[in-house]
Amino acid sequence: MPDLLPNRFYRDPRLAWAAYAALAALLLTLPFLVDAGMGRSWVRILDFALLYVMLALGLNIVVGFAGLLDLGYVAFYAVGAYFYAILASPQLGIHLPFWALLPLGAGVACLFGVLLGAPTLRLRGDYLAIVTLGFGEIIRIFLNNLNAPFNLTNGPQGINMIDPVRIAGHSLTRPIEILGLKLPGTHTHYYLFLILTLGVIFVAIRLQGSRIGRAWAAIREDEVAAEAMGINTRNMKLLAFAMGATFGGLGGGLFAAFQGFVSPESFTLMESIMILCMVVLGGMGHIPGVILGAILVTILPELLRYIGPLQEGLIGRVAVDPADLRMLLFGVALVAVMLFRPQGLWPSPVRARELHPANPDEVRQEQEALYDAER
Amino acid sequence: MDVLLQQLVNGLILGSLYALVALGYTMVYGILELINFAHGEIVMLGALVSVTVLGVLVAAGVPVPLALLLALAAAVLVCMATGVLVERIAYRPLRNAPRLAPLITAIGVSIVLQNLAMILWGRQYLSFPPVLAPQVYAWHGASVSNVQLLIVAVAALTMGTLLLLVQRTRLGRAMRATAQNREVAGLMGVDVNRVIAATFAVGSALAAVAGLLIASYYGIAHYNMGFLLGLKAFSAAVLGGIGNIPGALLGGLLLGVIESLGAGYIGDLTGGFLGSHYQDIFAFFILILVLIFRPSGLLGERVADRA
Repeated sequence: MPDLLPNRFYRDPRLAWAAYAALAALLLTLPFLVDAGMGRSWVRILDFALLYVMLALGLNIVVGFAGLLDLGYVAFYAVGAYFYAILASPQLGIHLPFWALLPLGAGVACLFGVLLGAPTLRLRGDYLAIVTLGFGEIIRIFLNNLNAPFNLTNGPQGINMIDPVRIAGHSLTRPIEILGLKLPGTHTHYYLFLILTLGVIFVAIRLQGSRIGRAWAAIREDEVAAEAMGINTRNMKLLAFAMGATFGGLGGGLFAAFQGFVSPESFTLMESIMILCMVVLGGMGHIPGVILGAILVTILPELLRYIGPLQEGLIGRVAVDPADLRMLLFGVALVAVMLFRPQGLWPSPVRARELHPANPDEVRQEQEALYDAER
Repeated sequence: MDVLLQQLVNGLILGSLYALVALGYTMVYGILELINFAHGEIVMLGALVSVTVLGVLVAAGVPVPLALLLALAAAVLVCMATGVLVERIAYRPLRNAPRLAPLITAIGVSIVLQNLAMILWGRQYLSFPPVLAPQVYAWHGASVSNVQLLIVAVAALTMGTLLLLVQRTRLGRAMRATAQNREVAGLMGVDVNRVIAATFAVGSALAAVAGLLIASYYGIAHYNMGFLLGLKAFSAAVLGGIGNIPGALLGGLLLGVIESLGAGYIGDLTGGFLGSHYQDIFAFFILILVLIFRPSGLLGERVADRA
């Protein structure tokens, strides 16, 4: 995995293997550690963190790699979730298998991505943002209202009793015993999500370095120049949209099966914005950064639930309802992080160098050269 | 015919409110190229402050016109202070940062303001004090209330003042210069930081007026009212061509009319398949359609493609 680790690890392969082994051991035992240390509910949060890592990596393709601001990403997540929910629940009495629906749902989301992208991709940055936002809202409003004349989505109540994931006939919601080790549903989902997340990370890394990924980077930096270099910018942008949507649809299917329940509430604009925050906060376009951002943004609001006991400890009583204070502090944290690290918490080395050049003179010369070229 | 006229009247009233909010978005965007996501929350703040002050004053026996003016003044002051403060803290330090960084701080500020309002005012809906005895006029089968007429009059007056400010004053000229080219405006002796702060102040004052009017239009104010409103106003600004002041006016009015016509006719248009709860879809659908055929909005200029 390139650039996940500092440079010295590449020089010493034994060190690198040791680091990977330690990471693997940590990831494998994490649900048990968390379960023992912080309780079962935190394992669930861990599962959601993995789900959001997948979503954030998907959005990162659109926003981070290709530089297209998408404010309606959650629409694809919703499409994936509802596709699975409708075809694997008592809603229509259809119960198709999870492993067939998951790729199909991702495919349908991809189709939606292309449908949205095709007419809108010639829009400039912020106009694209508002169109994607509008599209997200349109999808949500349809989900909210498609209970009449034909009850497809069950409206605002949402769809309940969605079939769980089954592996070899065994439902993942029930505890399972492997080699004398008892695994509750949260743990088995963790391992499933972990495998899929690793897959998504692998695809994202391979994409970034590929011919396609480099074309995206070129479009992001300067679309006109990219087109002049022979890149078919329209197709490439469409591909970015489609790939991002596919990941979104995948995440949606997993969400529906894991949660067992979907409703339009889960797919508001705020959700899109949260996923965008993960991408930008972590470090746009930089895969390890985005992973970090997704984990932080998922976990931080949960950690802030401990504000109540903290207040009691500090001033002896609960002055402000912790539920109210929680999101306030989250907002403050968003602002603070961006103020102190505008390029994100863990930006790609190239980005970081652009913003904090080691040698200011060199940059000035470069800028002057650019300025001359523009005249 | 009556229905059409009534929906048009409703649409224009709603549209004038959207336009007022859209102006705040468009002014900031024109100068900073920043989607000021917190603007909707400033409107919410204006609504809550004015409703609270008005309630206290009316209860204390202050005459209604004076109470309204004082409530408006209080809302304008609070909103201007908040707007300028937000710019100073969350946007100014990031002026040369990557483009998405200030967008995230804007979202952060929006979350902070919303939750602050929730803590200060609580989760319940505040109702607008019934200060004006409602009186309904009928005109060719459409009805308009005196409150609605007052709303349109105040909105028009405010927008007229803004146009005068932007077109006829020194500050307005400085704003237009800064919007055209910040660096060159600075070289010409414009204090860019002051102009940007002033832009936020003016935009927030408009938001305060809009807040009061919207609270009186719907009769309620709520900590949660800013988000969707801001979204629609921003869509209106984009519809007209963002960064363009007449565009925001046109976009706002148009969005209001489209929305109320949509709500009235969408059932007939789709043969009863889609009901009036699809009115928001209608608005967004028109928005997308307009942008596909006129990618920089109705009145927006063609801008050179530059990432």
